[in-house]
Amino acid sequence: MIKSLMKGFSALVLLLSMASIVNATPVDTYEFKSVDNQKRALSLAHSLRCPQCQNQNLIDSNSPVAQDLRLEVYQMVDEGKGDDEIVEFMTSRYGEFVLYKPRMEAKTYVLWLGPIALLLFGGVIGFFFIRKQRIADANNQELSSEEQQELDRLLKRDAK
Amino acid sequence: MKKLVLFIPLVVVLGMGVFLYKGLFLNPQQLDSALEGKPIPAFQLEVLEKSGETVTNETLKGKVGLLNVWATWCPSCKYEHPFLMTLARKNILPIYGINYRDDRPLAIRELSREGNPYAINIYDHDGRLGLDLGVYGAPESFLIDHKGIIRYRYAGPIDSRVWKETLYPMVQQLQAEAAKDGAS
Repeated sequence: MIKSLMKGFSALVLLLSMASIVNATPVDTYEFKSVDNQKRALSLAHSLRCPQCQNQNLIDSNSPVAQDLRLEVYQMVDEGKGDDEIVEFMTSRYGEFVLYKPRMEAKTYVLWLGPIALLLFGGVIGFFFIRKQRIADANNQELSSEEQQELDRLLKRDAK
Repeated sequence: MKKLVLFIPLVVVLGMGVFLYKGLFLNPQQLDSALEGKPIPAFQLEVLEKSGETVTNETLKGKVGLLNVWATWCPSCKYEHPFLMTLARKNILPIYGINYRDDRPLAIRELSREGNPYAINIYDHDGRLGLDLGVYGAPESFLIDHKGIIRYRYAGPIDSRVWKETLYPMVQQLQAEAAKDGAS
């Protein structure tokens, strides 16, 4: 019983480790000069969009363009080029589109700041709305003389 | 005044509706080229038909031209090819071919069979020029002016409609600019 459990467990471990290997290695075989380079190149390629299959990044996509660009990124990293330089290389050819995270620029202010502005706007409206209701509630607590008479009458009736 | 305020959410929602509705009909494949307004990237490649003879970006300067990225593995290029033949016969502007990531004998055979609309054919075997041009698929075409500046990029096959509605008006404009500068 324990033996078969152990067997099952080791099979699971093997499977999981294989899965993680599959996950970590892109399809092509490229020898990086160092592990740091590899890490940087992979994270960079993850952050760039494939211009052909538009909802995949350079690592996910298997289109010829993505393969080329991936290789280009790897080589540039190994040449010691900085992230900015590589991103500039990509955007000067394929446009801002390849960036998953758009740059903060005059034309992207609406994109970046819009949600914050909307949230603030909603908050301000909500604040005034709630405050108005509270004031109205507080004012409504006193009874008019007619209401008071009605209340007295009802109380008297119930007391009988 | 107070009643008008109540209409603000309606107006905002309607505005967003119009905005998003328009978005439904945008073509996500039609990207702006980052290269419009920039010169043709520097390159030095062989002519498709004659290995040993080289073409550079300087070769393409001097005339308004159409740079067409094609390959034998690309079905849409085959669709586009007859129109390019008609266009070449009209002699409006030179068509320069970029044979993109292709096999030389195959490409030469295809042209001898189907006809060759290209004034010059650039053999971009490893796709380096394509990469510098920001090409992500074939066919893709670029309008270049007489100074060798890329003025327009069109992704997808050119047919008579695209030519008539989009490209030809631009070509006429560019040729007028060229004539003003004294070039042909």
